[in-house]
Amino acid sequence: MSTHTLSVLVENKPGVLSHVAGLFSRRAFNISSLAVGPTEDQSVSRMTIVVDGASTPVDQVAKQLEKLIRVLKVVELDEDRAVERELALIKVRAQPALRSQLLEVAAVFRANVVDMSPSTLVLEATSSPAKLDALLAMLEAYGTCELVRTGRIALQRGSATITESFLGVSADAEPAGPAESAA
Amino acid sequence: MQLTGAQALVRSLEQQGVEVVFGLPGGTILPTYDPLLSSSVRHILVRHEQGAGHAAEGYAWATGRTGVCIATSGPGATNLVTALADAYMDSVPIVAITGQVSSAMVGTDAFQEADITGITLPITKHNELVTDADRIPAAIAEAFHIASTGRPGPVLVDIPKDLQQAQMTWSWPPAMALPGYQVPGDPDPAAIAAAAALLHAARRPVLYVGGGVIKSSAHDELLRLAELAQAPVTTTLMARGAFPDTHPLALGMPGMHGCYTAVAALQEADLVVAIGARFDDRVTGRLADFAPRAKVVHVDIDPAEIGKNRVPDVPVVGDARAVLRGLADCLSALISEAGPPDTAGWLGVTDSWKRRFPLRYAQAADGPLKPQYVVERLSMLTGGDAVVVSGVGQHQMHAAQHFSFTKPRTWINSGGLGTMGFAVPAAMGAQAGRPGELVVAIDGDGCFQMTAQELATCAIERLPIKVLIFNNGFLGMVRQWQELFYEERYSSVELGTTIPDYVKLAEAYGCVGLRCDRADEVDAVLDKALAVTGVPTVVDFRVHDREGVFPMVPAGRPNDEIVLGPEFSADEQRAATRRELSAR
Repeated sequence: MSTHTLSVLVENKPGVLSHVAGLFSRRAFNISSLAVGPTEDQSVSRMTIVVDGASTPVDQVAKQLEKLIRVLKVVELDEDRAVERELALIKVRAQPALRSQLLEVAAVFRANVVDMSPSTLVLEATSSPAKLDALLAMLEAYGTCELVRTGRIALQRGSATITESFLGVSADAEPAGPAESAA
Repeated sequence: MQLTGAQALVRSLEQQGVEVVFGLPGGTILPTYDPLLSSSVRHILVRHEQGAGHAAEGYAWATGRTGVCIATSGPGATNLVTALADAYMDSVPIVAITGQVSSAMVGTDAFQEADITGITLPITKHNELVTDADRIPAAIAEAFHIASTGRPGPVLVDIPKDLQQAQMTWSWPPAMALPGYQVPGDPDPAAIAAAAALLHAARRPVLYVGGGVIKSSAHDELLRLAELAQAPVTTTLMARGAFPDTHPLALGMPGMHGCYTAVAALQEADLVVAIGARFDDRVTGRLADFAPRAKVVHVDIDPAEIGKNRVPDVPVVGDARAVLRGLADCLSALISEAGPPDTAGWLGVTDSWKRRFPLRYAQAADGPLKPQYVVERLSMLTGGDAVVVSGVGQHQMHAAQHFSFTKPRTWINSGGLGTMGFAVPAAMGAQAGRPGELVVAIDGDGCFQMTAQELATCAIERLPIKVLIFNNGFLGMVRQWQELFYEERYSSVELGTTIPDYVKLAEAYGCVGLRCDRADEVDAVLDKALAVTGVPTVVDFRVHDREGVFPMVPAGRPNDEIVLGPEFSADEQRAATRRELSAR
């Protein structure tokens, strides 16, 4: 599946999420995942929306999103030039005899054990979506009881930011040192 | 200065220059109706909130200014929904103000509570539930700004009752906080130059003109460009009147019920310049087969329209007026360097099509009355000097085809949404915006019965609209489809011509009621209707119930399959389908 990642800056106001979600249903666009949270500016939230490029015209999605009054900026991230991460919590069956095997798998994928019971483990894994899929495929053999994923979040690599023009934050600007801000 | 939220709301409307609002009060909007009583803003009390919504639309279509409607919460607000959806589809600038249950009650299923911002989210350009009385002036200023700029559209402002009653600090103008809203700036000169070069080089150009040209008042610029380019012009259902039908370069309306010449010219064109039009399915027929030989220039103020249905060779984002002016200037320079575009052969072809395949119907002197004949007589008797409003269906197509439009903002209808019942309330709004001018609603009997109650409003408010009912006793367009595509199985489509008695109904509403069922009486009855002053007039035209709308491209079929209709011979139909490109 060819996916596209859109970073969307929105005003942090009531109803914004329903405006964005409503647009997708109204225009019959498919969302693969949507993650939303605050940014370095309290008045602005950032959504990371993943759409399936095969069923949804990404260019139209971006243009229609731009038309929403509360949407400040829409940027399609180039997947080769962006850092993309997703967090998953996975409850997996772990009979004592298989536990050490499971821990080896977890170690390979740099997943942490965050809870344990006589018959299960909860793993926490943060990685690119593809690696996460690979981990889940490996765990399938042991029996996954419950799974929750956050949806993808992403940032462009390098010093460029998409927030400069709205938040007045530039990665290249010299930050005020702790001494100055204390003065 | 301290005001109540309600006083601030009314004063904000005054500051926006609002002269008239259409509405109907109820519990949660009551605080606002109190200061409205002593305001300079005229309030027109409708009989149903849908009427208020369409009246606001009709006002906006007719004047170019933003229409305003007001309703209470719950059912009052939901009754506006159809009008908001209609305004969204046709890019009509209206502001809807709704009362909402008090802030503390929101979300509790309180009496007359409805989540109207949630309901109207996909059918408004923007909406807002106000949460602070101090924000009321800004919310209103933003609503008018958003509704009327860029691609216009409806905006809804929902105001809880307690905020209307609360004290707030008044100041005007308020600071608008719309960091995410930008109206496109000047068009890209390089794109305009590229479009002008295509237009100069084209041998078979067509200007495909949509509603955007009327909204940006670009008709003079369009006329100049068309004459410079010597390019024929087709005006969509949304753009009737943007280019005079009497001009030699006018092809009439394109699309499913368009003129043969307009449809065929787009199919044969080597260049289509779309201006403020959106390649709607009713214009394109089967999209893949639309204008197959043409390069496309697409001018639109909404970037999302460009490439949505047809990928253009030259996209131009901008206001139609600025773009048309730039195009004409550029083309004019090319003409001084290299001579005028060579379109004489093409105009010979389109002229021969116009002669051989015109709009055709047969009105026998003593035969059943044809709706097309009534439209033509109205057009003749008024000299085209009328604001024509229509509902949706056969009468709408007959009016759009047969009335000779020569000026912008003289044609008002429901295009995108296709809202039956639009005509009477929209005509009411148009008349309120253009008092003293002739406003004629051409309506079907099915449409008329959906919103006829606004005749009471028109009579009491002295809005002397003329309503011409084309009474064929059927949901005529549905009947036509059942005839053509459902083997003449007429399912639930007959309304009957005599119930109600439209003359008595008109009189009951305080209007003049007239009836006509013979072609030789049409002029006399129209004269009589046009002579009435002060009160609305309703004419029951008993028209032929078998009359169809032609030409016709069956839905979802290529435009090449256009059917001329029963008034043309098989030989003529074959010739039309072959589309000879030599002038005859």
